[in-house]
Amino acid sequence: MKRTAILLAAGALSLSVFAGCSAKPVANAPEGGESADTIKIGLNYELSGDVATYGQASVAGIELAAKEINDAGGVNGKQIELVKYDNKSDTAEATTLATKLMAQDKVVAVIGPATSGGMKAQIQVAEKNQVPIVSGSSTADDLTVTNGKVNEYVFRTCFNDSFQGTSAANYSSEKLGAKTAVIIKDNSNDYSKGLAASFDAQFKANGGTIVGEEAYAKGERNFNSILTKIKGQSFDVIYLPGYYEEAGPAIKQARELGITAPILGADGYDSPKLAEAAGAGLTDVYFTNHYSSADTDPKVVEFIKTFKDANGEEPSAFNALGYDTMKFVADAVSRASELTGPAVKDAMAATKDFAGVTGTFSVDPETHNPVKSIVFIGYKDGKIAVTEKA
Amino acid sequence: MTGKPMVRTLLTQGVPLLALYVVVLAGLNLGLIDDYLMATIATLCINIVLAVSLNLITGFTGQFSLGHAGFMAIGAYATGLITIAMPTVLGFIVGLLVGGLLSALVGFLIGLPTLRLRGDYLAIATLGLAEIIRIVLNNLEFTNGAAGLAGIPQLMDWNWFFILTVGSVILIRNFLRSRHGRDAIAVREDEIAAESIGVDTTRAKVLSFTVGAFFGGLAGGMYASYFYFIKPDTFGFLKSIDILVIVVLGGLGSLSGSVIAAILLAIISTVLQQFTELRMILYALLLVIIMVFRPQGLMGSREISLKVFGSLFKRKPAEPGEAR
Repeated sequence: MKRTAILLAAGALSLSVFAGCSAKPVANAPEGGESADTIKIGLNYELSGDVATYGQASVAGIELAAKEINDAGGVNGKQIELVKYDNKSDTAEATTLATKLMAQDKVVAVIGPATSGGMKAQIQVAEKNQVPIVSGSSTADDLTVTNGKVNEYVFRTCFNDSFQGTSAANYSSEKLGAKTAVIIKDNSNDYSKGLAASFDAQFKANGGTIVGEEAYAKGERNFNSILTKIKGQSFDVIYLPGYYEEAGPAIKQARELGITAPILGADGYDSPKLAEAAGAGLTDVYFTNHYSSADTDPKVVEFIKTFKDANGEEPSAFNALGYDTMKFVADAVSRASELTGPAVKDAMAATKDFAGVTGTFSVDPETHNPVKSIVFIGYKDGKIAVTEKA
Repeated sequence: MTGKPMVRTLLTQGVPLLALYVVVLAGLNLGLIDDYLMATIATLCINIVLAVSLNLITGFTGQFSLGHAGFMAIGAYATGLITIAMPTVLGFIVGLLVGGLLSALVGFLIGLPTLRLRGDYLAIATLGLAEIIRIVLNNLEFTNGAAGLAGIPQLMDWNWFFILTVGSVILIRNFLRSRHGRDAIAVREDEIAAESIGVDTTRAKVLSFTVGAFFGGLAGGMYASYFYFIKPDTFGFLKSIDILVIVVLGGLGSLSGSVIAAILLAIISTVLQQFTELRMILYALLLVIIMVFRPQGLMGSREISLKVFGSLFKRKPAEPGEAR
């Protein structure tokens, strides 16, 4: 009996699959991306798996923006329809879903994934189907420009890694008056290595000297051997690009050892968990970020308020970047000559002075990177004490 | 097999396969199979090769391996690097072979010391091996570290998928029917008994482990060449588990079970895509339900083969006789 029931269930399941397969494309075919009343935008995000927090945070921002746009009457009178899929933080799944969004759902643009790896996994799909892809948080340098050639259908609304490293180096030389620096990087991820390399180059160009370079691996919690080693040297700042999971304990242990030099980091620090892990040691610590929730710009204040009303918490940088990315796509769609991938792509590349909550930016047509300001956030006694735009 | 039986094998097993090949090819050319469906078929074929090769190690030889993603990684990187340097069909074939052989070599070297032991040592050793491979790839310069290899030329198409998938399954099936395969099954059933009748158990285990590693590497090459972007994280511990799930679900010791489970999971995963947030929960729930009702896997250790088509043909001429 049991077996029969299962067989029946399996049969029903497979039947529904085939029904689904054959019915879907037929229903979609006549509509396409230019259906009468909606504009389809695809979301290809990490909603489960390793980096689900980034994907979920981005989607929360995107959905808020889409709701605002639709409540205000949509884009050129058409409502935005989001088609959302979970790529499980898996690159092959990201490729497959990008294909699904472009070939079956006929979206005019795809937003996401959050990570650079996921984005790279859909570059070729985007170029083949001529549908632009936009990420709000993929910062790898070689994403938009590969081997000196710009990837025509790839865009992002955040700055890239080398810009962060360069800005941190300039901040150290100019604002903090540093002449010597030590770099402590996470050797197991390219984000950290890329930031360290661009900091290194710019700091030297500013006339500074890198007196030491140390490395750790992801998941490390005890930094005493590295820190004891550098304690004997004299230096003005420490550049510690990485994620808050490791940076928090590293900062705490450095301060406990009596290392008082300023510590600089990057957007990987952006989490309340940094302050939890580092405690009172979080003093004279600065990091580059996309946006600051302490910003007094009326647009940012308004965004923080609506986001809090909708989600019950302060927006993070991922929320803000997701929000901006959706608005950026809607802006490009509204200016596009027609509702097709190539036209939207041209409109995106021609974006000038787009005013978002993470800053006003224009897209550089040569690199498809946004030309935008960077925010420095400084901590004193575990609390945010400085926010500067540079 | 000579003469008539061989012709019949060709007819009964070759014809359905050829029909499948032609149907998909026609679908692709007529536009009935779009890029998305092709990507699903690609994942399916890669999973079949992975599952069948792991089944050889775990299901037929009884050696619990948790490192299949490591072999896949070696194959993927070898194929990726070689085809980037040589973006031709020749480069692709060389890449696949180098990837497979390199995996086999690594499998041989790790298998030789660990497979002499009895018990679950292999599970730990292979788990460690896969992690070592991943971390080495993360730190090497020429593999582009954690950022991964992008822009691998996409040389895989349906022809290659068909040849490689069907070829792998047939080769592994023939291996199992050979003396070496029988040795492996004997080792699984009872190692001491096998040894007592003169089976060189270590040799049998190492051999099937090496063959399994070769096909794992081959599947990695197929993956790299179709999905054109690979990074070390793709081949983490969870990938090994994914493959193991297919094998266990299909039935340990059933090649056709692995194929069926790979197809079933691809269908389930595809159907669940529309339930964005609930997708992984439903997927896991379905696995639990299937395992509760079929603890031995969908097929147990039984096989169904394409001979079922053969029995259809056979029965027809017999009918008049039966009527009498």
